[in-house]
Amino acid sequence: MSDIAESDDRISAEGSRDLKRSLNRALRAQKMRALMLIAPLLIFILVTFIAPIVDMLFRSVENEIVSDTLPRTVLALDDWEYTSGETPSEAVFAALYYDLFVAAELKEHTRLGSRLNYETTGISSLFRKSGRRVDRFDTDIYADQFTALDPAWGEPATWTMMSEALDDDPDALPETASALEGWHHLLKVERDDPATEAPADILFTALYRDLSAGAPGLNDGDLAAMTATARQAVDGFETVSIRDQFVDVDDSWLDPEIWGTIKAYAPKYTIGYFLKSVDYQLTPEGIEKQPEDQQIYIRLFVRTLVMSLTIMVSCIVLGYPVAFLLANLPMRYSNVLMILVLLPFWTSLLVRTSAWKVLLQNQGVINDILVWLHIVSESGRLALINNQTGTIIAMTHILLPFMILPLYSVMQTIPPTYMRAAKSLGATDWTAFWRVYFPQSVPGIGAGSILVFILAIGYYITPELVGGTSGIFISNRIAYHISSSLNWGLAAALGSILLVAVLMLYWAYDRIVGIDNVKLG
Amino acid sequence: MSALPTYASTGQKIWYYGFRVICGLVFFFLIAPIITIIPLSFNAENFFTFTPGMLALDPEAYSLKHYQDFFTNSDWQQALKNSVTIAPMATIISVGLGTLAAIGLSQSHVPFRRAIMAILISPMIVPLIISAAGMYFFYSRVGLQGTYLGVVLAHAALGIPFVIITVTATLVGFDHSLTRAAANMGAGPVRTFFKVQMPLILPGVISGGLFAFITSFDEVVVVLFVGSASQKTLPWQMFIGLREQISPTILAVATILVVFSIALLTAVELLRRRSERIRGVSPR
Repeated sequence: MSDIAESDDRISAEGSRDLKRSLNRALRAQKMRALMLIAPLLIFILVTFIAPIVDMLFRSVENEIVSDTLPRTVLALDDWEYTSGETPSEAVFAALYYDLFVAAELKEHTRLGSRLNYETTGISSLFRKSGRRVDRFDTDIYADQFTALDPAWGEPATWTMMSEALDDDPDALPETASALEGWHHLLKVERDDPATEAPADILFTALYRDLSAGAPGLNDGDLAAMTATARQAVDGFETVSIRDQFVDVDDSWLDPEIWGTIKAYAPKYTIGYFLKSVDYQLTPEGIEKQPEDQQIYIRLFVRTLVMSLTIMVSCIVLGYPVAFLLANLPMRYSNVLMILVLLPFWTSLLVRTSAWKVLLQNQGVINDILVWLHIVSESGRLALINNQTGTIIAMTHILLPFMILPLYSVMQTIPPTYMRAAKSLGATDWTAFWRVYFPQSVPGIGAGSILVFILAIGYYITPELVGGTSGIFISNRIAYHISSSLNWGLAAALGSILLVAVLMLYWAYDRIVGIDNVKLG
Repeated sequence: MSALPTYASTGQKIWYYGFRVICGLVFFFLIAPIITIIPLSFNAENFFTFTPGMLALDPEAYSLKHYQDFFTNSDWQQALKNSVTIAPMATIISVGLGTLAAIGLSQSHVPFRRAIMAILISPMIVPLIISAAGMYFFYSRVGLQGTYLGVVLAHAALGIPFVIITVTATLVGFDHSLTRAAANMGAGPVRTFFKVQMPLILPGVISGGLFAFITSFDEVVVVLFVGSASQKTLPWQMFIGLREQISPTILAVATILVVFSIALLTAVELLRRRSERIRGVSPR
């Protein structure tokens, strides 16, 4: 008896385990099927949308251009301090000479110049000027003297061998190794054959500097003998100061400010763009506030916030009565009136903006009517466009449906019996509305306000067209930096700040309303 | 707000009518700018205001010359052509991928549902200028900047949230026992989808598609950055026109677009009612 019961227990335990297993399998299959359906779109969005956003966030801190274009200079500047107030040593100038020579051949120096020009004005022209002159420096005397000593120095093959020898032991002739590296990079990009290309002046300059500084030199092979001979001779060489060559092009090279800027922006990643976005700047001395006349971004952010709030409040003021009317009218009237809200909602943004541009003009319809009604005189036409008024009027109109629709859907759920009950208990119309109806409509106000506010702070088209200079938003500045000033890093930093602000607002929206509850039409 | 009772006091009467006047003014504010540009687009002069002739209803003061300009000017025709090619292509991508994903999302067990939903909805959340900036940087890195493909992909991404939202909303009311019944009778998943599920969610799919279409058709910020002059669309051309030399042809285009949006609005409204009828949800 007890035996049978025991085996029954065992069977049912096994059965339930099996069942659990097969249920799990079914559940897993179901999950997989769901994920398979979602995967194509998820990948699509990740590639076409999320990757660009991540790229933008990355660009807001990325700063590889300095260390990519001037690798040797950046390294050489390690030993130099801006606070010393002195111009860097000849070694730094020599490093700059090698870097700039390569960069100028590759036409990369102008890009770097414009990049650094965002930080210190004048660098752009300094780099352009120096880049033009760098291959005509007087350093050709080194080439002449080395080839006079041994014509083999003028052979490309010598330098190919040199590069092979130095690959194993770069410390033998450190500057030469580094200059050769730059030279070969240049030849590779330009697809020139190192075996036929005549050696550049930078190689001889580097070799001279190495030998005269007493670098260990190579140990064996033909080159060792050649360098040993050259080492004997260099003391008698005619010399040229690279620093003087640069100063000859432009004496700004003596200014520690220039070098400080290069050093401050040498790291691969910088917070410089973000500092700029909040009116600070990264100077050679550290983080400083921008000069008074260049503090524009905080003001622009504040203006964007204030104007968005103004637009939001005007939308509440105009939208609330309309939503109330729509929610409380009989269906057949409210459906007709709803069209008046939905038509603007569905009309092209550009159409509505052009309408306002036409209406608000100095010689436009509104001013004409006001003059005709003798409200304003012919000479006193109101300035309604190209200022903040224009932006606020047009954007309130454009965003009003986004306030009315959520308000309406909340108000529809408020039972009219509550108001009647309040009145039958002796409340006046106002008390019944304010104490009973209004509190129930607050979620609608919240939803509509956040929606309008989020849409408003990222607006670009309307402020651009009707805002003039005083009515523009931060987004217009972002667009300006992308397409006109080409300071993409700053645009990315400003965009990142705006993005974080919007995401925080959406988080709040999700908490209050729930993204899933977004309804359309 | 039912009709005013007969015993209403004077104050109540004033408030009742005053409130209606206020609402009337707001409705006027909403609709008047759009209505005003329609007669202005028939202006015989290159002005942006009503000429005395127009106010006197003189037929001489009206003309179709701005419409003629729209239909003959090569810039506008190019823009129109681009608009009507880019928007449908973007719509097809959004609707195809979006519908599949919405069906996947509506299953009962989806891991990371919230996170996936947040990613799929994100193109609607992120301000357009930021999407445009990011796409401009990224697409120029991969060589898509200034190409039709780039603009189509960008617009498809922007339209997807609308498809997801409308289709998942339709699927909420979907009775899953119907697909089980179909499977029970021997229909494969594909057949079940096309014969049972698709007809029921079709209104949602079409209205999502219309939203995606209008998003692309209306979109200007992203196309300004991701596109180049050869991909200019109607809104692009209008934006440039408004910023540089404002020409009354814009008003003619605007009028055409208003008529177009009325047609779209009607379509969406009819679809919504049909969807509610099919799914047995009584219209509100």
